[in-house]
Formats: sequence, C-alpha cells, structure tokens
Amino acid sequence: MSVTAFLTDSTLCIGCKACEVACKEWNGVEEDGLEWSGFSYDNTGSVGASTWRHVKFVEQAPVPGIGGNAGEHTSWTFSSDVCKHCEQAGCLEACPTGSIVRTEFGGVYIQPDVCNGCGYCVTSCPFGVVERNPKDGRAFKCTFCYDRQKAGLIPACAKACPTESIQFGEIGELREKARTRVEELRQRGISDVAMYDPSDTSVEGTHAMFIIRGDPRSYNLPPSPEVPTVYLKKAWTSSAVAAGVLLGGTLLAFLFDGRRR
Amino acid sequence: MGNPLAAPNMDFDPRREQQLEEIRRHAEQLGRLHVIGERPSGAPFPQASPENGYYQIPLLKEPPWTWEIPLYFFVGGAAGAAAVIGAIADYTGGDRELVRHARWIAAAGSVISPALLVSDLGRPERFLAMLRVFKIQSPMSVGVWTLVGFSTGAAAAAFAEVLRGRYGSSLPIRVLENAGQAASLAFGLPFSNYTGVLIGATAVPVWNRNAWTLPLHFGASGLGAAVGLLELLGHRKNRALQALGLGAAFIETLEGASIELRPDPAFDPLKHGPSGFVTRAGGALAGPVSLALRTASLLTTGKRSASLRRWASWSSIAGSLVTRIAWIYAGRVSARDWKLPLELEDQRSGKSVSAARKREHVGSTKIRPNNPET
Repeated sequence: MSVTAFLTDSTLCIGCKACEVACKEWNGVEEDGLEWSGFSYDNTGSVGASTWRHVKFVEQAPVPGIGGNAGEHTSWTFSSDVCKHCEQAGCLEACPTGSIVRTEFGGVYIQPDVCNGCGYCVTSCPFGVVERNPKDGRAFKCTFCYDRQKAGLIPACAKACPTESIQFGEIGELREKARTRVEELRQRGISDVAMYDPSDTSVEGTHAMFIIRGDPRSYNLPPSPEVPTVYLKKAWTSSAVAAGVLLGGTLLAFLFDGRRR
Repeated sequence: MGNPLAAPNMDFDPRREQQLEEIRRHAEQLGRLHVIGERPSGAPFPQASPENGYYQIPLLKEPPWTWEIPLYFFVGGAAGAAAVIGAIADYTGGDRELVRHARWIAAAGSVISPALLVSDLGRPERFLAMLRVFKIQSPMSVGVWTLVGFSTGAAAAAFAEVLRGRYGSSLPIRVLENAGQAASLAFGLPFSNYTGVLIGATAVPVWNRNAWTLPLHFGASGLGAAVGLLELLGHRKNRALQALGLGAAFIETLEGASIELRPDPAFDPLKHGPSGFVTRAGGALAGPVSLALRTASLLTTGKRSASLRRWASWSSIAGSLVTRIAWIYAGRVSARDWKLPLELEDQRSGKSVSAARKREHVGSTKIRPNNPET
C-alpha cells in the first residue's frame, strides 16, 4: 500500500481511446454520445460525469519537423486527460457531507453513497473535472480505480493503454521516471517537452502528471490552478466585517431612534 | 460489369492532384479558398494553441445550481437581517409590533430556506448527509450548520411568541423566547452574508475575484430586503429602519461603483451581455434608486413622502432578489469563459498574458536537461 500516481505521457499516446473504453467498462460508466465535437476526433471535449478519462486531440499549427509531419500538415498530438487527484483538492475541501475523501493511495475519491448532490465540488474544482450527473444528481469523477487498487490491481485505463502512455505506480518512482523521460526526449532534440505537475501553486502537486509538448494551455491545462480555499481568509474577513457593520449599524439606528423619541 | 466493389476507374492526373493539395493547404491555413472562391464547411479548421487554448473549450464546469439557490440567497439574507433587527429592537426597547414582525420574517425564512436548499440537492433525501460532519474549511458545511442554528432559534422565538399570546407569559416561555431570540441574533449575523463566502471561495473567476466584497455586498443586500419587507408590513414611519435602509442602499451603491470601475476582464459578466444587464438592474434598484427614493422621502412630507418610501421599499426588495439572480447568472457565464483559467485575456488588457508567460510550463523549470558534457 503506497501512494500512487498516474503519469500520462502524451508523446506516446496514439489517441486510440482504449483508456476511455476500459474506464467505462470497468466502472460501469454510461456512454456519452457518439457525436463528434467538430474538434478533431474529440467526442466530449472534456472530462465529466460520464467521461472519467478523456483523450484530447490537440491539432496545432504546422510545426516543421514535429512528429515527422510535412511542413504543411498540422502537428497532431494526443493526451489522455483525467482527474488530477490534487494534493490540495478543492472538491475535497468543499464537500459538506464528507463524501469526498483522500484514500490510502493518495487519490481523491467520491463515496457515491454519501454524496447528496449539492454540486459545491463542481464549482470548487480548478480543473473542471467534477460534474453532477443530471440523471441521478450526484457528482462523479475518476475514482483512481480505488476498488482495483484495493485488490492490488492497476487502474483500468493504465492496464488497457497499449503504448504505456498511461503509466501507473508509486508517485516518487513515477516522478523520477518522468524526469528521465523528459531528459531523454530533450536529448533526442525535442526541446519543447515539459512536465505538467503544478506543484508550485496552492494545489501543491497532483497524482496525475502529464508529459506534454509546448504550452500547457493548448491542452486546456491551467498555468496556475488555485485551490479555492485560498480565498477563504478574504471572504470570511469580509463576512466578519459585514456582521460587525450590521450589528453596530442596527444598534446605533435603534439607540439613536429611541433617544429621539 | 465485373466486381461492383472495385474502385471506379480514374485516370491519375498529377495536375489535378496538385490542385487538391493546394485546396487542402488553403483550407487549413486560411480557412478560405481563393482557388475557387468557396468556403468549406467548418472552416477555418479549429486549432489548439497557446492563444486559443484547447479549441476554446471552457475548462471549468458551470455551477449546476437551479433557481432555488438565488432564491435561497435572497430569503436567507432577508431572514438573517430581520432576525438581527428584531433582536436589537427588542433589546433597545423598540416598537413591539416591529419586533413581532421581524420575528415572523425570520421564522418564515427559517422554514423556506431549508426547503429551497433541500429542493436544489441532486438527491434531496440526503440533506441529512450534510449533518454528519462539520468542516470549517467548507463554507457550505459552515453555512448549513449556521442555517440549522438560525432556523432553530428563529422558529423557537416565533413559537414562544405564539405560546405567550395563547397562554400568557410564564418562565419556560420567556426562557424559550429569549434563548431563541439570542440564537437567531447570533446565527443571523453570519447567516445574512455567508452566501457571499460560499460563492466567493470557488474556482469560478467572477466569484473568487470578488471574495473581498461579496459577503459585505450580500449582507447589505439582505439588510435592504429585510428593511423593505418590514416597511411594507406597516412600519412606514420607523426612523431606525429608514436609517438602515439608507445605509444598505449606500453600501450597494459603493459596490456597484466598484464593480463598474474595475477594468478586470473577469468582471465582464457583471457588465456586459444579458448577465451584465441583470446585474446592473439589480444593482441600480438596490443601490442608487433606493438611495435616491429614501433621500427624497426624507426631504418631502406627508403623502408624497410616504409614497416615495413605499417605492423605496419595493426597490430594495426587488434589487436584492435580482442581485442574487444576477450573481449566479454571472457565475455561469464566467465559468464558460475559456480564457480566464488559462490566463489569456482580451487583447485590450494583455496584462495577464505576460504574467502567464512567466509561469509557462509549470513544473518544467524543475526538470533541466541534464547535459553529461558539462
């Protein structure tokens, strides 16, 4: 029983969506439409209540040499997105029922039998991962295959990935692996490769790291995600001031009025 | 005719193939076809880029709340402030009728608020799941417990009032009444404005960038509504209420001005489009309109003054309700803004983009290429 993580290496992803299928298959997640979004081969556009793994098809402007493409063809990369399982998780902090918990593997897990569908986690996720299922009202997201991990198995998506683009393992080892991989790619001349693991923000790192090429924003990965608890101090201060003003103002108004009468 | 599945007979013409290549390149790169002057459907083909994000698909999910939540904000704000007014009026020896009416508004709120909250839940039967924990870091958890405390207190005070009317005053009734009133005061203070914290501490840009002012704003809004309701219940000559109404309208006017004067693009849903219209309408009613009507009623006398004040009451109440609707609406619009979470802002400001550039490739700074030669 160790603290685990995903490492999703988009330089290895072939966009086959086996991870999406495996996730739905294992977790019994309903289908979410077979329509194309119009954005490359993307179906759903983002992760959501019924899409716990989501393959992004990142078509970028032509970059000569990238991926062996000819100059006039778009550069095309894929990346399998998932819940980031933040170290400081906005959803977990916000949940008023205690339904969302941190598991012994370091993942963030929504206990479906406790969730009451208040939707506060949806507004509190800086990555836009958690979503309320409109049919039964509860919030859903990647479970980090808690049941499989409990049984000593690796998550379904990592198991199904045919190119080991999705790797799973002990978090320290994976970080080391990612470092080695990034170095290796850079030495092979791919200079724009980077690791996405926002550890210098209030999220304090994630249990789902990504190796991507170029700017994280092309992948809809926010440059500086913030866990919403950072706004609590400001907001409660304002609340205390408001309560003080209300109490003081009411007292003054009635005392003054009483004296005049 | 041979095999029907075989490819149709086509002569390979390198010139035509070249032209097709040319069309493809034009379509991809320009989104237009100069060659034959036609625009292929779907062109210009969308591309992901640091400027466009991931096809401009919003990162954040919209708040899933339905119509009950803005109404809950309105009812809770008015009920909380009414409880405070009632308790203070009682302690300072104010009008008994005012105390009674304020208590009834609070008690009505103590029933309507939980009903609205339960109704909004995805699984209403699980409202009690929120009462199995108390989490200080979750404004919703703190708020639910505040609601429980407030509802109990306000309902107890109103109940004691009924008992006193029917059976006359006795010690247990006085204890219940005083304890209920004290609880409704203590919990009413945070209850009237905690909803500002609730939406301020979220990932929705327009909400969290207003975390400083939202609770104060919502508190003033609740006070305005409570004053308006009490005035409509017959306290049209009460000077303390007039002063509180003026104060609330003044704070609302300041809040409106501060929103309008901030150039931050995250504030756009409060200023532009339909959500901007609703915000401005609510802000105007609760702020300057109410302030002007109240001032005018102070400067006039007799029937005219009373009429102006009645309009001011309606303006405060309507303003408060519209303001709550506006903030939820603006939150939805803000969550749909794909630029803000990626720190891309409109061309006109351009500030944030450079800030984001500095932090580009988060985490990559820690991984330097290890050159064995050096």
